[in-house]
Amino acid sequence: MKKTIFDQMNETVYHEQLENGLNVYILPKVGFNKTYVTFTTNYGSIDNDFIPEGETDFLHVPDGIAHFLEHKMFEKEDGDVFQKFSSQGASANAFTSFTRTAYLFSATSNIKENTETLLDFVQAPYFTEQTVEKEKGIIGQEIRMYDDNPDWRVYFGLIENLYKHHPVKIDIAGTVESIADITKDYLYTCYETFYHPANMSLFIVGPVDPNEMMSLVRQNQSGKTFAEPKSVERRFPNEPAESAEKHRAIHMSVNTPKCEVGLKMPASLKTGTEKLKVELAAGLLLEILFGKSAAFYEKSYNEGLIDDTFGFDYTGERGFSFALVGGDTDEPEKLAERIKTQLLEAKDGQNITDESFNRARKKKIGAQLRAFNSPEYIANQFTRYQFNGLNLFETVPVLEAMTIEDVIGLAEKMIQEEGFSSCFILPKETA
Amino acid sequence: MEETREQSFNQSGCHVHVIETEKYKTNTVIVKMRAPLEQDTITMRALLPHVLQSGTENAPSATAFRSALDELYGAHFFADSAKRGNEHVLTFTIDVANEKFLHGESNLFDQALTIMSDVLFRPYLQEGAFSEQTMKQEKRSLQQRIRSIYDDKTRYASMKLVEEMYKGDSYALPAGGLLKEVEPITAASLHDYYKKTLAEDMIDIFVIGNVKAADAAAKIESHLPFKKRKAILKENYLSHKTEEIRVIREMQDINQGKLNIGCQTSITYADPQFAAMQVFNGVFGGFAHSKLFMNVREKESLAYYAASRFDSHKGFLMMLAGIDQKNYDKTVQIMNEQLDEVKNGHISDLEMDQTKALLKNQLQESADTARGMVEVLYNNIAAGVDRPIDKWIEEIDTVTKEEVSAVAKTVVVDTVYFLSGKEEA
Repeated sequence: MKKTIFDQMNETVYHEQLENGLNVYILPKVGFNKTYVTFTTNYGSIDNDFIPEGETDFLHVPDGIAHFLEHKMFEKEDGDVFQKFSSQGASANAFTSFTRTAYLFSATSNIKENTETLLDFVQAPYFTEQTVEKEKGIIGQEIRMYDDNPDWRVYFGLIENLYKHHPVKIDIAGTVESIADITKDYLYTCYETFYHPANMSLFIVGPVDPNEMMSLVRQNQSGKTFAEPKSVERRFPNEPAESAEKHRAIHMSVNTPKCEVGLKMPASLKTGTEKLKVELAAGLLLEILFGKSAAFYEKSYNEGLIDDTFGFDYTGERGFSFALVGGDTDEPEKLAERIKTQLLEAKDGQNITDESFNRARKKKIGAQLRAFNSPEYIANQFTRYQFNGLNLFETVPVLEAMTIEDVIGLAEKMIQEEGFSSCFILPKETA
Repeated sequence: MEETREQSFNQSGCHVHVIETEKYKTNTVIVKMRAPLEQDTITMRALLPHVLQSGTENAPSATAFRSALDELYGAHFFADSAKRGNEHVLTFTIDVANEKFLHGESNLFDQALTIMSDVLFRPYLQEGAFSEQTMKQEKRSLQQRIRSIYDDKTRYASMKLVEEMYKGDSYALPAGGLLKEVEPITAASLHDYYKKTLAEDMIDIFVIGNVKAADAAAKIESHLPFKKRKAILKENYLSHKTEEIRVIREMQDINQGKLNIGCQTSITYADPQFAAMQVFNGVFGGFAHSKLFMNVREKESLAYYAASRFDSHKGFLMMLAGIDQKNYDKTVQIMNEQLDEVKNGHISDLEMDQTKALLKNQLQESADTARGMVEVLYNNIAAGVDRPIDKWIEEIDTVTKEEVSAVAKTVVVDTVYFLSGKEEA
């Protein structure tokens, strides 16, 4: 077990890679009541084309299957795992993103039992035709709920615009039609391929004894047999630099129009600290251009073009990266044009001043410290960073060492006019 | 478990509560201002926090104010308004990095207190009132916020249910204000109301972080000098009598129907049976092992979400589920049957144990965030109840099935609100 101390943050992380390939991380948090544990596979909605375990040819699986699999992991022959967690005083949950599927619990008691329950239920799949069919009704309602959610619709509408081929454009839950094709055999295939311990990480954060917890996990894992660890072959289509569609409008039963502008960026090929620098510089760039203390925000707010729903986000994951900017507005076209102009001008270095850079960097450092109050943030983000070959604890030092040239350089390289697109939500005409 | 006790200080116009802890990397100050919920003031109370954040004497515009926060290592400042039974609470929060994690910084906490003080006591004024420009922008933003509730169908359906069910009771008012009341507010009328609020609201201030209690209290006294005030008399709002169940249907062009069923109970946070009521809600619909989730979702695949929520400050219980409209009758029937199950005492040992374990877990977890600790403390303060977390846990532990079924019998279905899509062709 390796111990690493992060002095400035006053945190210590213990790590060990077990014989079966599983990475285990433990971060003791003194003074907290809650222990939060995540068990995550490096497998998400984009991984829909791969060579299944034990085979030689690529297989394309139905949209929404990673999320469907996440739902079905909880059901066992003797009932629902939620019941067991409840009995042990733990609140359990799971989520599926583009690139990860995470199973988790938080609890203030029975930490060892709950950790074993988490490991055991994720490592013992049980799917039948009957339970798979039953789940289609439930997930169908989950999909319909999102269909009525304008924030979700504008988000996915825009990603669909940005990408021509890449599976990031597919809604994580799939569609009612696509999940109809899911069978128990498909689920087993995905499970066997992506849930090998070597493709997974366990993160434990809370008031725990690291030695005790590590030996518990070691013992639990050595009692199970797995195939030899090997890396999964995944295939992704070539994605052009230009956005697939420049614009779309979606009409819904809403009062307030929404406008989001998206910018497809070249997927970063860097790794480690260099990749982390790109991600942090992109966040700083957006803060400088569109943050609440930026001139853009002041002007647009004073004119009544935006309100406090206005925001921005940078996503940089395995094989794709994009930025989104927007919010509620009465004049979506005018706002879209203005956001685009602001980004294109930044490509030439405009509006990126020393003052705004320093302010944004300070804000980001403070936000990072605040985030370390949250065990959920630490476990989820640490795992995300680790899957991308980065270290979460480097963020503050890397931010402190960042210069304005880094941000200007990134703007010049990453902002390409061909990568733009916009998506509006507009009120339905009432008959 | 780690038990964190607060130290309280009575100052002339407010109560100060300090929790000394080293577990966070930030320090937090929260100011809570409480007044009766009233039709005439609710919209001004919804608007006021936004106007106050739009500029102070020291930072006379929203941009200057936001820049000052960014410079303070991205200090978080936020304000909101919420209902607490028949009261309305304004909450102002500032959360700032602890300088011990930064290179060469000092006094961030004092600077944060100055910002809080500027917002509450030295707003930017023109000719003795808020600026016209700010009023125009913030009124527009508020109107937009109120209108956009319609766009979030789950939230809209809950709000409409409460509005219908509590007609004539101020609890029906939406915490975010009334659309038609926004326009008439002027810079002068809001400024008058601001002075009244500052002088009359019940004020509680919380400090959580790596501070010394007496030291923090002294700093609060000098930065936030609230004047002496009279206690607001708590009015007793009696619940109305349910003659027959009202059913309200609304149609919109949407995909999923939102079913919300409102119930009344006479039991609230201040009651001795409160812990039993909490266990009831957990057995019935609060968790993934609860009767509503197991029967509506897991057995019948009718919904993705199927749950119950309890507003303990009012004695309002809501069952909710997102369903296909063709399954309306079936879902309502299952929900009512499950309520009857609890009333008739059909509760397993397992359901009791699971519910208690999760309720205790929630309580202990709430002590891990500054906000969670403050909410627990404030509930006790505002309700005049002495129920610290350890005592609360004891109360939950001793609840029996008979007590759960007894409190379930006080739950009366009052109003059904169903927001559905257009009929399928």
